Amino acid sequence: MSDAALATAPAEFAPWEDAQATPLIRFQNVTKRFGDFTAIDNLTIDIYEREFFALLGPSGCGKTTMMRMLGGFETQTEGTILIDGQDVAPIPPNKRAVNMMFQSYALFPHLSVAENIAFGLKRDKMPKDQIAARVDEMLNLVQLGKFASRKPHQISGGQRQRVALARSLAKAPKLLLLDEPLGALDKKLRQDTQFELMDIQEQTGTTFVIVTHDQEEAMTVASRIAVMDHGKIIQVDTPAKIYEEPGSVYVADFIGDVNLIEGNVTTSGDDHATISWAEGQQDLIGIAHDAIPAGTRATLAIRPEKVNIATERPADMTNIIHGKVHDIAYLGNMSTYVIQTPTGQLIKAQAANTRRIRRRAITWDQDVWLSFTDTAGVVLTS
Amino acid sequence: MKRFGLISVPYLWLLALFLVPFLIVLKISLSDTALAIPPYTPTLDMSEGWAGFTAWLSELDMENFTWLTQDDLYWKAYLSSLKIATMSTILALLVGFPIAYGMSRAPDEWRPTLMMMIILPFWTSFLIRVYAWKAILSQEGLLNQLLMSIGIIGEPLTILNTNTAVYIGIVYTYLPFMVLPIYSALERLDESLLEAAEDLGCSRMTAFWLVTLPLAKQGIIAGSFLVFIPAMGEFVIPSLLGGSKTLMIGKVLWEEFFSNRDWPVASAVAIVLLLILIIPIVLFQRNEEKQREAGK
Repeated sequence: MSDAALATAPAEFAPWEDAQATPLIRFQNVTKRFGDFTAIDNLTIDIYEREFFALLGPSGCGKTTMMRMLGGFETQTEGTILIDGQDVAPIPPNKRAVNMMFQSYALFPHLSVAENIAFGLKRDKMPKDQIAARVDEMLNLVQLGKFASRKPHQISGGQRQRVALARSLAKAPKLLLLDEPLGALDKKLRQDTQFELMDIQEQTGTTFVIVTHDQEEAMTVASRIAVMDHGKIIQVDTPAKIYEEPGSVYVADFIGDVNLIEGNVTTSGDDHATISWAEGQQDLIGIAHDAIPAGTRATLAIRPEKVNIATERPADMTNIIHGKVHDIAYLGNMSTYVIQTPTGQLIKAQAANTRRIRRRAITWDQDVWLSFTDTAGVVLTS
Repeated sequence: MKRFGLISVPYLWLLALFLVPFLIVLKISLSDTALAIPPYTPTLDMSEGWAGFTAWLSELDMENFTWLTQDDLYWKAYLSSLKIATMSTILALLVGFPIAYGMSRAPDEWRPTLMMMIILPFWTSFLIRVYAWKAILSQEGLLNQLLMSIGIIGEPLTILNTNTAVYIGIVYTYLPFMVLPIYSALERLDESLLEAAEDLGCSRMTAFWLVTLPLAKQGIIAGSFLVFIPAMGEFVIPSLLGGSKTLMIGKVLWEEFFSNRDWPVASAVAIVLLLILIIPIVLFQRNEEKQREAGK
């Protein structure tokens, strides 16, 4: 997970922090209802040019509906959607400078790979030689030159995925929508393809909006992630911020592994808050940008890899928890230790396995001390 | 051994129910008509052994097939059947495709009901249904009464006992054979293909021409053969609904067998009909194979 967090877009690309930048896509108070069901609930968001924007959430959270509204396959019940400053509600899908890569890939089974890619260009009445040149360019982009004359059922799943990508990029759309583009691939192929997607996005300079339920995928590819639930956006931020400083327990829990320690706020201010959480244990301190009134019920969210584990009580750490080793999970490169506190709470800590497993100092039922810095965790009230 | 046993079943089936009857008919077509039971000679007498067999063989000739080329009734009947079968197939396609399309686009919960409505007529005797059309199409029939009561026509139309009635009868009878294969092709069509076509710049109409129709092609071909092949040899419909001028080879065949009692000529007519139908049957088989390959 920490690897993925490193691989975000270059730091200088952050149009969302620039008040002057005009967004490519604006959702303004958009609501979409299907009968009684509200798929999108009064949603407002701006997406900027050249962004790789991920819509992340569990199934049924409204992320696909949002994408289909951008593609023109659904029309919002209320609100406005602007693409490039233009209200797109009356524009049918075939007239939008938006292309979509479908979850099923939706390759035309009766057409060859090259014909699939040329399909959109032919509709634009592009001259034949230009079509051929563009198809070649696209085939090279996705490294499928050899398969131009194959039919979709004669190539592998990964190749089909790349044909679908080439086809949706062939018309050089302003905006490319990707609906769970890697969902059908196995894990190894998915990871390789994620990097390929990022390269292609950078090369073509197209704005990508990707829908995914895979948080690791969103972390890897996206410049910003919108975490959605029940038709609302819970948080929009860069992958690093979403991971390090989740705004709510929901986001903290949805992305990656996390310890959630509930307690009452004792003091707060100066970007920090302290919670008292269990009898006989020291109070814990974490980041809280807004002051929280004392006595409020709050949750400290702390990632397992930010928790140190030691057999001696550390001297100079702000946050210290005492407990017994309840369980150890050996993951190869690291181990996860599950510690049980005297009050019965389970807390996870992760440590890299720098030593051979036989020489490991910590074992089951041993007394250990967990510690972390005062900036490692965040105190959340929602 | 087990494998051999398994594949021998369909072959035995074919042998008993197709090849043996075919050989019998072929033999009769090479015989001469006679006033006897059965009404043809020679008949094979096994008691005389090999000599009897060669004598029997030497008496067979192609005379009846030559006869088919001499009387223009036969080739006119073949041609007319071909025309009626082709026209009926086209009409069945024009009627059947929209039905199949509508069924495939209908909400899921409706589909079994619609399917039932297509299959339901099969539960009644074919003969009764064709007879019912007589009542509908006749001068005083339901159709004429309806049209006259609305005031569209002043005088009853003559539909029964014309080729029009034959077309109506064939299209009605064989419509399910057209609808079902097309429906099965359209039902498999992934909705997202049409969305993808639209996304890439097609209007709904062009998406239909460029995606829906090519993907329904196999179904259309299968349905067309399933209508064309039986329509070609159809006998009941032209004799019940058609007039004296309706010429179809099935009718000629029946008359040769039962009015003329000329079994050898009737058999020759049947053999030629089979030879004509082998072409579309082979084409149909090839289409099915292609479909199976594409489905993988």
